[in-house]
Amino acid sequence: MKPRQIRLSTTPTSDAIAELKLGDIVYLDGLMYTAREGVYMRALEEQANIPMELPSQSAANFHCSPAAAIREDGSFDMGAVTATASFRFAKWLPEWIAKTGAKLIIGKGGMSSKDYKDYFVPNGAIYLSTVGYGTGALLGRGVENVEAVHWRDELGLAQAMWVIRCNKMGPFIVASNLQGECLFERENERISENLARVYEGTKPAVLKRFGETDDRGDELIG
Amino acid sequence: MISIDLIQSTAEALMAKAAIEIPDDYLAGLKTAAETEDGDLSSFVLQAMLENYEAAKEDRRAMCGDTGVPRWYVKIANDATIEGGPVALETALRRATANATNGVPLRPNRVHPLWRTDHDNNVGIGAPEIEYGFEPEGDWIDLITVHKGGLFGTDYRMLFPSDGIEGIKRFYLDTLVAFGKRGLACQPAIIGIGLGGSKDTCMVLGKRASTLRVVGSRNPDPRIAELEDEFKTLGNSIGMGAMGFVGKNMVIDCNIEVGYCHTGGMQMSVHAFCLSSRRAVARLFADGRVEYRTDPDWFTPFQRRDTVAWNEVKEAAE
Repeated sequence: MKPRQIRLSTTPTSDAIAELKLGDIVYLDGLMYTAREGVYMRALEEQANIPMELPSQSAANFHCSPAAAIREDGSFDMGAVTATASFRFAKWLPEWIAKTGAKLIIGKGGMSSKDYKDYFVPNGAIYLSTVGYGTGALLGRGVENVEAVHWRDELGLAQAMWVIRCNKMGPFIVASNLQGECLFERENERISENLARVYEGTKPAVLKRFGETDDRGDELIG
Repeated sequence: MISIDLIQSTAEALMAKAAIEIPDDYLAGLKTAAETEDGDLSSFVLQAMLENYEAAKEDRRAMCGDTGVPRWYVKIANDATIEGGPVALETALRRATANATNGVPLRPNRVHPLWRTDHDNNVGIGAPEIEYGFEPEGDWIDLITVHKGGLFGTDYRMLFPSDGIEGIKRFYLDTLVAFGKRGLACQPAIIGIGLGGSKDTCMVLGKRASTLRVVGSRNPDPRIAELEDEFKTLGNSIGMGAMGFVGKNMVIDCNIEVGYCHTGGMQMSVHAFCLSSRRAVARLFADGRVEYRTDPDWFTPFQRRDTVAWNEVKEAAE
């Protein structure tokens, strides 16, 4: 069965979010901003004023550093766009989502279902994963314009807050829903059922690693 | 003598080629994978990647937004001379890396590990890495750039002779499953395995096995070649596909390289060269000719020699 394809605003209504199912393919329209550890630390730990109106301008936080350069005339050359792994940002996300009203957290690899249930669901937010990874050129085509680059001097190009106007930007995959279910955990469970058979005939290393586990159902993030 | 200007301009062209054009061998491997994939989601992912390669070529934009960590391998034939010597060569490669980062553009990924200082050009302390190899005959140099991902998919373990092949299989599966979950390794990938050497050279061998050998190549040792086939099949029987979704394609190919190690040990490393397996190669000649290709052809008989002197091998062959 082919996945459903859906267009979604970066300031989505709660109804639009409620309709999304795990594994749906989404294309985004509207303003999206990049924020990862640099932006989180500056806004949350150093209490700097966020240079956008959130969530009215955008409720879509992309864990991304674009492959982009600033031309001599100050305009932007944005090539490819790919996400970075999101689990590393769990430390800041509860406060960030509460503070900015973000409804779409977009990145690589997703979070744990515990993260989703603890602070995504109560804020009406879901997780969208990039595809691949990464379809950098396809996502780059969905960038209609770079509206601004905030904190470029303070954080550098990779960590700066890029504000992007999206036009049918995608594909993204719906990786969590308003029930707090996690697409990746669902897939991991299905795959784990088969692992004992694949491991048959192998044997554990003669010298163990401290803290090593043989539970192949383990989630490694979180 | 090979002109330093030619080295720099070729290096810049290689940076763009690596970032934009998926190598033919990997593309063919992924197309085969896409034909056999029956997981709904993993199948969608592979189709999207195939479209992405086309989009990158059409638009001349990087196929992946994460540039990885650009690095250089330089193969120098014994009779080659480089204008300005090795110091000029390294300057040219560093300059080409910086220029291409702004020109393509690529993401400036390289930062100081502690102070996170970013020169916005992928150049810094030890960056880009530049490694060397030599060949006995000729007056050419090969420039190879590889943009491999920098975070997930690689692991090392000290195994021992008593661990045997079954222990090697276990660590191989452990690494594939661990980094395959949620697709952190950006699979299906060219998996490189390094066996032996010492810890650092084991990592070097495995990384080179994944990045400097093409899909479909086989180790000249027939028993190692058999293992490569077996491990490819084993990796694809896990039941995991692209992004860690249910599927049957984790491994586009598996390449194994070995080096002699301590008599008590059997070092092992595993590396994944991802869905954007970025490599580009050019051979530069003293007369100014440049030949571009995508096969690094790094592991020649000379690189794998096991005798004291190269002549012994050559004479035996004749």
